Amino acid sequence: MAALTPTVLPDVGAPAAPTGRPRRVRVWRGIVLVVAAVYFLVPLLASFVFTVNDPVQGFSLDAYGEIFSAEGFGQSLLLSLGLAAATIVTVLVLTLPAMLAVRLSAPRLRPVMEILCTLPLVVPPITFVAGISTVLRWGPDYLSTTPLYQTFIAVQNPAFPVVLVIADVVLALPFVYRALDAGLGAMDVRTLVEAARNCGASWPHVMFRVVIPNLKSGLASASFLTLALVLGEYTVARLLGFQPFSVWIVTISGANAALSVAVSIFSLLLTWLLLLVLSTAGTRQRSGS
Amino acid sequence: MNGARVEFRGLRRTFGTTVALDGLDLTVEPGELIALLGPSGCGKTTALRCVAGFESPDAGAVLVDGKDITRVPANRRDAGMVFQSYSLFPNLNARDNVTFGLRVRKVPTAKRHARAAELLELVGLPSQGERYPHQLSGGQQQRVALARALALEPQVLLLDEPLSALDAKVRVTLREEIRRLQLSLGITTIFVTHDQEEALSIADHVAVLKDGRLEQSGPPAEIYDRPATPFVAEFVGTMNHLPGRVTGDEVEVAGQRLPVHGQRPDSPDVDVLVRPETVLVTPDPEGEAVVVTSSFRGASVRLRLRLAGGTEILADLPGHDAARLAPGEHARVRLVERPVLVAPRTAAVADAVPAAG
Repeated sequence: MAALTPTVLPDVGAPAAPTGRPRRVRVWRGIVLVVAAVYFLVPLLASFVFTVNDPVQGFSLDAYGEIFSAEGFGQSLLLSLGLAAATIVTVLVLTLPAMLAVRLSAPRLRPVMEILCTLPLVVPPITFVAGISTVLRWGPDYLSTTPLYQTFIAVQNPAFPVVLVIADVVLALPFVYRALDAGLGAMDVRTLVEAARNCGASWPHVMFRVVIPNLKSGLASASFLTLALVLGEYTVARLLGFQPFSVWIVTISGANAALSVAVSIFSLLLTWLLLLVLSTAGTRQRSGS
Repeated sequence: MNGARVEFRGLRRTFGTTVALDGLDLTVEPGELIALLGPSGCGKTTALRCVAGFESPDAGAVLVDGKDITRVPANRRDAGMVFQSYSLFPNLNARDNVTFGLRVRKVPTAKRHARAAELLELVGLPSQGERYPHQLSGGQQQRVALARALALEPQVLLLDEPLSALDAKVRVTLREEIRRLQLSLGITTIFVTHDQEEALSIADHVAVLKDGRLEQSGPPAEIYDRPATPFVAEFVGTMNHLPGRVTGDEVEVAGQRLPVHGQRPDSPDVDVLVRPETVLVTPDPEGEAVVVTSSFRGASVRLRLRLAGGTEILADLPGHDAARLAPGEHARVRLVERPVLVAPRTAAVADAVPAAG
């Protein structure tokens, strides 16, 4: 749930509300909530009205019906979800052990790791994709029979472009790092790991039975952020010529304005739904173990 | 559960330029509770972590029952540990925490639960098995941690300041219970603490460490009564520093001549180390000493007196004796006739220095 809070509920005053002047605080809290709600909900409502308001028939949900029959919808959506799943797994498998190792045995490397993981934030995606495509286009003829060349071709398979997973992993690093760092900071990792080792647990056992169960909220918010990022990622996918969901929305919008807005609302609801599923799954497992 | 002999041999460990252990040699006899005592940074925790396998020494070895375990990974060592900070797994309830190690070893569930019940009973929490760590008090958490450390019937029990996060009353009860358990199980126990009272009250042996070296090791009474070095004297209990002058085998201090115990510095001008409870104070309007402050401690009263020469001295008296010694009253001060420790004169001789505790 934690990761959902900043997007959905800008409930600023609640945790720190002083008990001395509850009335004024409550008033301010209400004002902030209303302002935020207006800011978020008005565009949404406007979009919704636009999609259901047909100049001829009045109210109609046709635009939403069209989504599912539109060409390429299922394919691009599945591609995006597949990319998101692959990215989440890859980025977690890469960062979690690295962050644990740094925390446990090389705390002095922490700033280095932090800078490395934050770096993608300062590199604009356009620069990033220019670099990637330059590398992918580079392939002298004498290399055409080597595994390197084969790899270049394999990662660009339009059915499942691995190169997008790689790019998304890099783009997701700052968010995943922040989320996991907060999660690890909230528990006394060193002591817990040592206590588990002291009970005879091997390293994989420590990882799966101690670290991961106690890092659920951190892992969940890292996953949410990555999911949202991959579903919305446009620049890299578009410039490399692939068609995940975000690119498909833009493509379709040229032909049918109402449909494209309907798709946007649909994708928003879908993302929220996925986040909700992920977060409730996380909390339920914790309380029911 | 039978205790093992633990030996530290020339243990050395440095962190960058800091030397945590500088050739520590120490033997812990089977079934003994030894307290590693020292100020922070003296290497006591590092020594303990070397036994647990969380630190590997740069030189030297740790032997358990004659077997060198220095390079054995932490998860294959036979030592249960209780940590200073709360170390229970937050996602598991007390019972599952206790049986974590049994689960690692794939012990069947029924057997695990039976063992958990037995251990929780042992640490005085028979009905708390279903509770999660955040539902337990600090003292209860450390009891569960103790049960967890004992679950695998280890040869050695390692306690890394397990009581330092608890409040005073719980600390005293729990340390007595730890001692009772340790005696009934006969398990070799290494107890790290910076609290000298804790060390003296429950240990069979106290090892005082300073700068990564063993300063003195012996039974609590010996450490307290016959400290081998001024450092030990200073660290364990409270010590008065009185200016004195050595002549022959005796030292002249506060108008008395007392035999000297232990080493003598080269210079005849020395600090004489005297425990507050060996200072005898009698009310006497003609006396040269003046009571400066008096602090009531329940069973006893600690007086700070100014002697004729301006030196201040601390004295502990039974509470009822001190009624007539309010601040400003005159008194006579004598030292108990027994061998005293002397140290080279330090700069701050004028003050009686109350050491840790």
